[in-house]
Amino acid sequence: MNAHLKMDKPDNRNRLDNMAQGLIHTGMDRPEGPLKVTGTATYAHEDHQPGMLHGVLVRATIARGTLDSIDAAAIEKLPGIRKVMHGDKFLRNPAQGTANEAPVQGSSEIYYLGQPVALVVAETFEQARHGAQSLELQVTAKSAVTSPDSDDAKVETPDDQQSSMGDLDAAMKDAAYTVEETYTTPGHTSAPMEPHAAIAWWEDDKLILRSTSQMVKYNVNEVADSVGISADDVHLMSPYVGGGFGSKLGISPDAVAAALAARELGAPVSVAMSRQQVFESTMRRSETVQHFRLAADKDGKLTGIGHRARVSQLPDESFSEPVTQATPFLYRGENREIGMEIVRINSTCAGSVRAPGEAVGITALEIAMDELAVKTGIDPVELRKRNIPEKDPSDGRDFSSHTLAAALDDGAETFGWKDRTSGQTDGEWLIGYGMSSAVRVNMIGESHARVTLNPDGTVLIETDMTDIGTGTYAILTQIAGEMLGVSQDRIETRLGDSNLPKSAGSGGSWGASSAGSSVFLACEKLRQEIAKKLGCDEADLTLRDGTATAANKQTPLSDLVGGSPMESTGVIEPGKTMKEVRQATFGAFFCEVGVNRVTGETRLRRMHGSFAAGRILNAKTARSQCLGGMTFGIGMALTEELIHDARDGHIVNRDLGEYHIPVNADVPQLTVNFLEERDPYANPMQSKGIGELGICGAAACILNAIHDATGVRVRDLPATMDKVLPGLPDL
Amino acid sequence: MKTSLKINGEVHDLDADSRTTLLDALRNHLDLTGTKKGCDHGQCGACTVIVNGRRINSCLSLACMHDGDEITTIEGLGQPGNLSDLQAAFVKHDGYQCGYCTPGQICSATAMLQEVKDGWPSHVSDSLTGTYDLTEAEISERMSGNLCRCAAYPNIVDAIRDAAGKVQS
Repeated sequence: MNAHLKMDKPDNRNRLDNMAQGLIHTGMDRPEGPLKVTGTATYAHEDHQPGMLHGVLVRATIARGTLDSIDAAAIEKLPGIRKVMHGDKFLRNPAQGTANEAPVQGSSEIYYLGQPVALVVAETFEQARHGAQSLELQVTAKSAVTSPDSDDAKVETPDDQQSSMGDLDAAMKDAAYTVEETYTTPGHTSAPMEPHAAIAWWEDDKLILRSTSQMVKYNVNEVADSVGISADDVHLMSPYVGGGFGSKLGISPDAVAAALAARELGAPVSVAMSRQQVFESTMRRSETVQHFRLAADKDGKLTGIGHRARVSQLPDESFSEPVTQATPFLYRGENREIGMEIVRINSTCAGSVRAPGEAVGITALEIAMDELAVKTGIDPVELRKRNIPEKDPSDGRDFSSHTLAAALDDGAETFGWKDRTSGQTDGEWLIGYGMSSAVRVNMIGESHARVTLNPDGTVLIETDMTDIGTGTYAILTQIAGEMLGVSQDRIETRLGDSNLPKSAGSGGSWGASSAGSSVFLACEKLRQEIAKKLGCDEADLTLRDGTATAANKQTPLSDLVGGSPMESTGVIEPGKTMKEVRQATFGAFFCEVGVNRVTGETRLRRMHGSFAAGRILNAKTARSQCLGGMTFGIGMALTEELIHDARDGHIVNRDLGEYHIPVNADVPQLTVNFLEERDPYANPMQSKGIGELGICGAAACILNAIHDATGVRVRDLPATMDKVLPGLPDL
Repeated sequence: MKTSLKINGEVHDLDADSRTTLLDALRNHLDLTGTKKGCDHGQCGACTVIVNGRRINSCLSLACMHDGDEITTIEGLGQPGNLSDLQAAFVKHDGYQCGYCTPGQICSATAMLQEVKDGWPSHVSDSLTGTYDLTEAEISERMSGNLCRCAAYPNIVDAIRDAAGKVQS
């Protein structure tokens, strides 16, 4: 029994609003919560197998060159060492999100300092670590480009990432007000708390892999292609993932090394990256240089926008940080020049880090908009409202829904924006207020899920979708519970297993809408089957607390199912609605900062976000996603910065003591509002992605508040003390 | 190297390489994988356990240094169906997302509440002696050794205040 929907038409039925269980949208606790708080949820490196060996990766110590030989024999003599491995199947770097094939492979060519080039396997972790630290690599260095600012760097300007409309130069000349500035953001790292890890073992010719995977469907093909086996011979499990934020979209070097070693040694092998290896050998968000030109008339209405961005990347990688992705449609302005440059360098691979594109692109745009607000003397909220376009200015498409004005109003009201007084002090702290808009593109990916209604009235949901902290276990449970009228304690959700129906996976804020829609469709089909059994229209069927009601007659669900389970597979597929209209989520940030007039230190005192993302499936977990996004923004604004040694490109601050993510004391009690919205173009649940919106522009809000407090405009993130202090008034 | 560890009330006789950290002993030798490895350098707090009543980073300590010590890990604080007050409050307030830092957060909070009861001041305390209210600032400061990249911090603060009985709900 299948239900297949290609999203070619808007769905205005709002079916979830008309169900009876009352579970959807509630802040239901995560069903897997008791496992997580007792340490009994098993993450990748915890599914220990009998006779398991431990592998430790060895990194390249030059930026570019060849690995000529390794002294494996010397290491294999050490106690407990079973094997030193390298070779043409080792991954240079993780696969990019949705790559679906192996990334660049081979340990003989070195492309960046930190590239994993060998694996030392031993009976214990301590032996393997000692072996890895003792291994001598014979390398020949080649000339490397280790900085995006290098004169030797090759610069690409892909045609499909350049666009222009009208005459921006003329618009700038004729404008009543202009802003022309360059903003820079440093590299960032995802830094999930769980380092990338894998345990691999073979059963006959089949590879069993426990891994830290966000996208199982793609990861299976990536690992199969990397190892050189059929995807049918890979069983990948990733039921709990300790955070991803993009870094676990594609299969990573640890997983392939573990698989190869397990095959070679005929024993289970675990490989866990050290925190330093996660920094160096997974993905970084590229640093950006962004040149903005804004032209506005006397009322602050934009007549032109120019946005040119430069990012960096390893050779032979197709991904580049899509910095300008949302610039074309956030604000009006008929004259435009938007373009991207990609510099090829020998440094850690650039990849997706939470909200690739908007996280840094909208942050820079929203600082530029604040500069325009200051120049025009127009309130920053009002300035933005004046510039909301009727249609996507780049191509004339309608918006599926547009909630920026509502979010700006709601946020301003909740925060008390109108009541703020500039120029206040609190002891030695200068107080300031800032705001910014949030925007993120919205999409779905093909996703399959199976829902089984058992004879005892319990429900089983199965899909290879992952929960990386995003709340998947909760929301899928709620969707099925709502549609089938079953309480959450009678529903089991199984995730993260390649034997289950293939989902879109977690990434790009599309997971909940994609996997959720597949569960919705499967349940809708089951409802039709139940209605058939009752001889009524499905629309007239009420399902609640395990009871079906039709034509004033109540029947227990378990009686209707009969002796054998009812099963349905739902399939959602993106269609015309993703192309014919512009789909996006919107929001607004407001904050208050204190800047210390003696030290230049900034402390965030309060921060609010108002967001609209279609139907909110779980009010509690959606709020948590926004807290997480906003806190990424706090880090981006104030502390987070990958520092590279220009001589060899290596990441200098490759641990959590030197790369500063926000700690508890850096984050006040943030507040979040959700706006009521149903987006019929998005999917049959009218929901949109919420996992990334909270970071898109958040850092600008804080930087704008610093300017309000001090008059110091920081255009080179993060706003560390050294950048703020010189501009502060004399004591 | 032979070491006797009393973990969650049960004596475990460990015979491990002297280089084995307490964290790796728990995870790799005793299959107590509730304690997490996030950095192995004492920078993230995911490996926090309680040793003789005090919270420590188990990655910064060798197992063989703990002969005879009483160790409490997350598994010793409660189990599904029998959660401690803090564990239940973390579920209720969504004091986590991915869950990886959570055992460390809860072990840390368990010991932290005792530190407050014992009159230990923190960096944000007004005085070095006396009693301390569990304000948001006190909790945030005292919990800042436990990183959470999902950034459940506001919910962690709420969960701890709730479990400590400061918030009626």
